[in-house]
Amino acid sequence: MLYALADTAPTTEVNQGLADLSDTLVLVTILLYAVALFAFAAEAAYGRRTRVAAARIPAMAGSAAAGDARVRDTEPDLGGAVDELQVRVRDAEPDTLAARHPIGRVAMVVTVLGLIAQAGQIISRGLAADRWPWGNMFEFVVAITLCAVATFVYVAVRHRAYYLGAFVMVPVVLLLGIAVRWLYTEAAPLVPALHSPWIAIHVSAAIIATGAFVVSGATTVMYLLADRAELRARAGQAVRGVVAKLPAAEILDRLSHRTIVFAFPLWTFAIIAGAIWADEAWGRFWGWDPKEVWSFITWVVYAGYLHARATAGWRGRKAAVISLIGAAALLFNFFGVNYLFSGLHSYAG
Amino acid sequence: MARPAPPTETGPAGPSGPPPPGDTPPGDSAPRPPGRLGLVGWLRWAWRLLTTMRVALILLFLLALAAVPGSFLPQRGVSPSDVAAYYADNPELAALLDTLWLFDVYSAPWFAAIYLLLFTSLVGCVVPRAAKHWRDMRARPPAAPARLDRMPYSASFSTGASPAEVLDRAQEVLRGFRTDRTDGSVAAEKGYLRETGNVVFHIAMLGLLAAVAAGSLFGYRGNILLTEGDGFANTVASYDAYYPGSQVRPGDLQPFSFTLDGFDAAFIDEGPRTGQPVDFTVETSFRTRPEAPEERYTLRVNQPLDVDGARVYLVNHGYAPEFRVTDGNGDVVLDQAVPFIPPQAGAFFGEGVIKVPDARPEQLSFLGAFYPSAEESAEAPGQLGSASPEDANPMVALQPYRGDLGLDSGEPQSVYELPTERLEPLGEQLTLAPGDSVELPDGTGTITFTGYREWAAFQITSDPGRVPALVSAVLITAGLVLTLTVRRRRYWVRAETGPDGRTLVRVGGLTKTENGAAAAEFHDLTTTLRDRLAGGSASRPNGE
Repeated sequence: MLYALADTAPTTEVNQGLADLSDTLVLVTILLYAVALFAFAAEAAYGRRTRVAAARIPAMAGSAAAGDARVRDTEPDLGGAVDELQVRVRDAEPDTLAARHPIGRVAMVVTVLGLIAQAGQIISRGLAADRWPWGNMFEFVVAITLCAVATFVYVAVRHRAYYLGAFVMVPVVLLLGIAVRWLYTEAAPLVPALHSPWIAIHVSAAIIATGAFVVSGATTVMYLLADRAELRARAGQAVRGVVAKLPAAEILDRLSHRTIVFAFPLWTFAIIAGAIWADEAWGRFWGWDPKEVWSFITWVVYAGYLHARATAGWRGRKAAVISLIGAAALLFNFFGVNYLFSGLHSYAG
Repeated sequence: MARPAPPTETGPAGPSGPPPPGDTPPGDSAPRPPGRLGLVGWLRWAWRLLTTMRVALILLFLLALAAVPGSFLPQRGVSPSDVAAYYADNPELAALLDTLWLFDVYSAPWFAAIYLLLFTSLVGCVVPRAAKHWRDMRARPPAAPARLDRMPYSASFSTGASPAEVLDRAQEVLRGFRTDRTDGSVAAEKGYLRETGNVVFHIAMLGLLAAVAAGSLFGYRGNILLTEGDGFANTVASYDAYYPGSQVRPGDLQPFSFTLDGFDAAFIDEGPRTGQPVDFTVETSFRTRPEAPEERYTLRVNQPLDVDGARVYLVNHGYAPEFRVTDGNGDVVLDQAVPFIPPQAGAFFGEGVIKVPDARPEQLSFLGAFYPSAEESAEAPGQLGSASPEDANPMVALQPYRGDLGLDSGEPQSVYELPTERLEPLGEQLTLAPGDSVELPDGTGTITFTGYREWAAFQITSDPGRVPALVSAVLITAGLVLTLTVRRRRYWVRAETGPDGRTLVRVGGLTKTENGAAAAEFHDLTTTLRDRLAGGSASRPNGE
């Protein structure tokens, strides 16, 4: 499949039926995500603050709780050979309180339905044009938002962080709306420069990393809000509204860090794969094309974030601001570079 | 208390989780300037300041910031013609920007200063860390601290097994850990690959810098345009444009040659994307050395021809109409293909210049355009345009001129430009189909559009740094993945005989990364150890 893109003569035929199906599915996706966004927002605003258990530790289930408590092992006697297992865990993932409401479950289901519709959109578009379905801005946005939602669903399941829903769905719905309204391009074959197996490798890595960076950006915004709310609450000021129901800032900080730890190596790989492709297509592996410049800037800023987080005095808010600068560089790389500058990546637009 | 915490992460070497609470990395607080320590003291102070994490972070952000103007302003290394256009539009501003190297941001001394300082800072951090890691990997795991219950994970239980048996079992359970047994305790450590990855990542960054530097010193790049049937030999004189690295001598060029046997382009021929290219195929035959046998290669956009490290890339293509010009004396003074260049990327037609300095009694020249699918232009009625880049209805439009072309003046002149200001237009514009012949006014001569071929423009690049750069890049990714995924963890087991005669087992676990999974892993080790002691090593009791 990969090499077929490069080796067989590309067809110029577009399957109109599949192309129409993909156009319908993108609208279905937006609709579902918009419904999910409203449901998540309702949960964030009207949910009751409920304890969210930290990430599951299967081995410790029932035998020890997180926190600074001494817990007596409840397992029955083991033939008298051993007993009284006492466990103490400090620094484990703390539990937190977050807004919970039955409508949140609806939101989660609708999100997953939207994800399925979106995957169908991408597949039908790829089949319609008989090629890898990312060759222009519209297709990139659809794929990036798919990865953002998929990252969110993973984090929601793995780390019980369903409370990210409202904040992740805002950029997702906005981006998809922009894609359909302004970036829409008909399914069509690619220009020769894009006939390469590297489109699957370089572009996929960039898309997945960007999707995860979107989630980390949304989480960082939540972190900054929650951190401010906590500061105000500690100072004795009243904190009301959605902000008051956010989970602990520390948890959000960790989640944001985790998504960046996932996305950063992928972004590195995307840049390197792009350099290898550039070497094959353009005769140099690095040429300071605007897209290359901004990928580099994004990389340097996120590298700075990872270092800052390991440095006392830069942890917390400062690191969060750096990660937001990284997200801004990422967005500029995506929109600004394609529309402001004429570079070698301009056919993406 | 023997070192309770893993080695402190120092300096900018490495994205990693924050150290345990209360453990401040030394890179954090900048050293104070010395009072009166003289030059050596100041140098030591500057070095220590440079290698702090804070300064490294500032340098990182400066680097990101410094890269920005290069994307907003045209760069000589990317498109010299855009720089020239900028100069033409804003001469004064351009001159000012140029003195600040803003048209050569990535080779500017201030840009180099930032990344060289950053890399120096990196060396100052990564070398001591690599040395320390080397020692750590050979050293024993640190002995159990006195108070295991102060570790982030701690547990205790009692067993009827003897302390020696407990420690034997612990060493079995701790497979995959590096363990060290002392009297009464076992110390274990795992996850050295985290720091290995960290060191590899940062050293590979240095490798990448070195590879790029080698490429710019010992590599070269050049451009040529060939019409179908033309050949090229890799010598400096054969290039239309040639950009050697500072250490490249003309004799260093790989002695290969190649011929453009055929060029074929396929386009979308209907719908809104008509004219968008679908595929290019370039048939070539080449020799690695003049005496070597001839080989064939089909070159495509993503498949350059590679000869001994010199790579030939297709960068542009178009049509070269063939003309025969007979002068006023009846002599054939020109009979060749002339490449017509698309005025901008994506244009469906080409523009070109025909100079006939040998024509007598007067020199002749033509300014023209080639329309592969000629039709009346939609924008300018009465004028020709091209519906697609495919050669469905090829036509040329030519404006003849007469007069001295000034080629003998010694002034350099582009073959693609005509000094029309010193020439006299010769009659009306001509429109010719292949085979058409037109008599020029006043008996100055005849021009025949005999046919056309295709031309292809190539970039030839030789960069000895590309393979080392690729190796560095692979190591960068591998090191990054290791350092971000592997957790370094320590686990201790201490067994003592208690007052009741039973053995009291205390365990402790320590990890620097903030991940609940580590506590789960530690707890799994503890329960496995307990279960093995309970059921002997044979079976795991279920506690019915």
